[in-house]
Amino acid sequence: MSTATVSTLKGARLPKWSPYAIAGGSVGLAIAIGLGAGLDSRVQWGLIAAILFVVGTYGIAARVEGKRQAKDRIATSLVWVAFLLAVIPLVSLVWVTVARGVKVLDVYFLTHSMGVVADTEPGGGIYHAIIGSLEQVGLATLIAAPVGVLTAIYLVEYGRGKLSKAITFFVDVMTGIPSIVAGLFILSLMLQFEMQPFGFAGSLALAILMMPVVVRSTEEMLKLVPNELREASLALGVPKWRTILKVVLPTSIGGITTGIMLAVARIAGETAPVLLLVFGNPFINTNPFEGAQASLPLYIYQQYANSAGSGAAYDRAWAASLTLIAFVMILNLVARGIARWKAPKTGR
Amino acid sequence: MDTTQITDTPPPAAQPTATEQKRAARGATRPGDRIFLGLSRGSGIFLLVIMAAIAVFLTYRASLAISKDHGNFLTTFEWNTNLQEPVFGIAVLAFGTIVSSIVAMAIAVPIAVAIALFLTHYAPRRLSGPIAYVIDLLAAVPSIVYGLWGALVLVPHMNGLFGWLDDYLGWTGIFSWQGGAPRSMLTVGILLAIMILPIITNVSREVFRQTPRMNEEAALALGATRWEVIRMAVIPFGRSGVISASMLGLGRALGETMAVATVLSPTFDIQASLLDPGGGTFAQNIASKFGEATEFGRDALIASGLVLFVITLLVNGAARAIIARRAEYSGANA
Repeated sequence: MSTATVSTLKGARLPKWSPYAIAGGSVGLAIAIGLGAGLDSRVQWGLIAAILFVVGTYGIAARVEGKRQAKDRIATSLVWVAFLLAVIPLVSLVWVTVARGVKVLDVYFLTHSMGVVADTEPGGGIYHAIIGSLEQVGLATLIAAPVGVLTAIYLVEYGRGKLSKAITFFVDVMTGIPSIVAGLFILSLMLQFEMQPFGFAGSLALAILMMPVVVRSTEEMLKLVPNELREASLALGVPKWRTILKVVLPTSIGGITTGIMLAVARIAGETAPVLLLVFGNPFINTNPFEGAQASLPLYIYQQYANSAGSGAAYDRAWAASLTLIAFVMILNLVARGIARWKAPKTGR
Repeated sequence: MDTTQITDTPPPAAQPTATEQKRAARGATRPGDRIFLGLSRGSGIFLLVIMAAIAVFLTYRASLAISKDHGNFLTTFEWNTNLQEPVFGIAVLAFGTIVSSIVAMAIAVPIAVAIALFLTHYAPRRLSGPIAYVIDLLAAVPSIVYGLWGALVLVPHMNGLFGWLDDYLGWTGIFSWQGGAPRSMLTVGILLAIMILPIITNVSREVFRQTPRMNEEAALALGATRWEVIRMAVIPFGRSGVISASMLGLGRALGETMAVATVLSPTFDIQASLLDPGGGTFAQNIASKFGEATEFGRDALIASGLVLFVITLLVNGAARAIIARRAEYSGANA
């Protein structure tokens, strides 16, 4: 094959480094324009660079490769831009929370309440809020996990006919209930029976939010258990309920645990129902069945809302946010770890 | 927890034989079986009872309030529940809720679809796993933290954008700005967009991933570029999935409370401009007014919550119905 032949099957292509070259060129040009025109906002520089890049890519590609390729390149760059756009808020959120949160986050902050500290003064901590959160979320899990798992068992192992269809449908519907509506439901009960705010009321609302999530994830996990295991057990004369308890559940326990932990992580950050039902309390109240309690997400909101612009309250809100995010992320990571470690071996 | 392969496994319920059916008709025979079946069926029924109780109690308390409303519950532009003759209506709230959700959808859906395409068709394979994980983390951040971030970080950064919009698009009326703090519907919409991005991305990604490989390869073999493959094979296949994903996101945006309550500076009126602070949403109004509400005021708030409940039910129901029509796709963890 001589070097002189040019393949007629392949159109002209831009070299691989061309996107980087165009990007570099447009950034350079944007800086030059920005300096020249005296634009002081870096955002404007970035916008100019982005527009130059898109126009430049289209122009050059259309000239060398043709219109269709040029469109393809534009789509590629737009998709990348969309991705980068989504990353900016996440990075900013994590960065700000960590940077501002570590200011007051120490052992003192974690072990003291706001009992004698006004919201506008520095000092105080989140001990009361952590206790409240742990109790409310713990009680909610105690209610929602068994009900959710049992419902999923019914749907997968027993469910046929109208009842299971209705349950499936309403579990779907329940997943979409706004958290504030779940709070209002319990509130309407409390108004009916003339009760004052207390921790367990919040747990009930959180349990309503948690149940459908547990049902869904457990259902998926139970469906992963191979039918041969069930049949083998039943063929040995083991009753169905023992088959479920001793064969089906142990096989899928890893996934079920993961699902429950993810659900816990989700309700731990819920503020709206807690705001309506638990009310918040600067003092330590360890009894979830009587009197207003604090909770971590509610604490963040109240520090923000009652602060009157005080820096100390904002610092506490950020530190509490950092604690809450850390808690949720650790739950997420551990849950995913368990899922990977205990995943049922289905492929054969 | 990857649920994409789940649909490949056969459903576990084996076809019952004639004798089994007869036994099933009689009910479980062993006491252990009977107890266990009773427990699990009871839990399922318990869920149904809760749903029914939510509807009944909200409606009952709402009716107590609405019967004493001296305005029109649907059209009054006021929320004064402490008066001798209380006057309240949901018009402003309905408007604000719909506007903020529309803004959020307009921003989130294109970006989410693009990210889903990025993850399935553009990203280097080694990167797409970690990136999907990062998007999941966005979903795990509690809404109150988004609210705090929105109020203390996003709001101060909006001045530049608002000024620019007012300069160039102010003549439309929608983007005019009188220079108040940017705690307005547009900021709320942007924040809501960030919050509903993960759910739309995740569901769209699952759908795009199931595009028949054959269709894509056929398009490629005809000389299509990657964008043409996406336009001709991937998007038509995934359209209904993307629609239902968007509606799930919409359901979330409609009911979001804390992020709106921290960012918006509410007034009880309707404004044409997205940039001037004001307006309110159902959930935000409940959270903000709850503190000083009397028992009657709380009933009135419950009435507005009932409307929100019905709206989200309709939106989510429609989304689920679209998903259910696609037999091959289970929207399980959405």
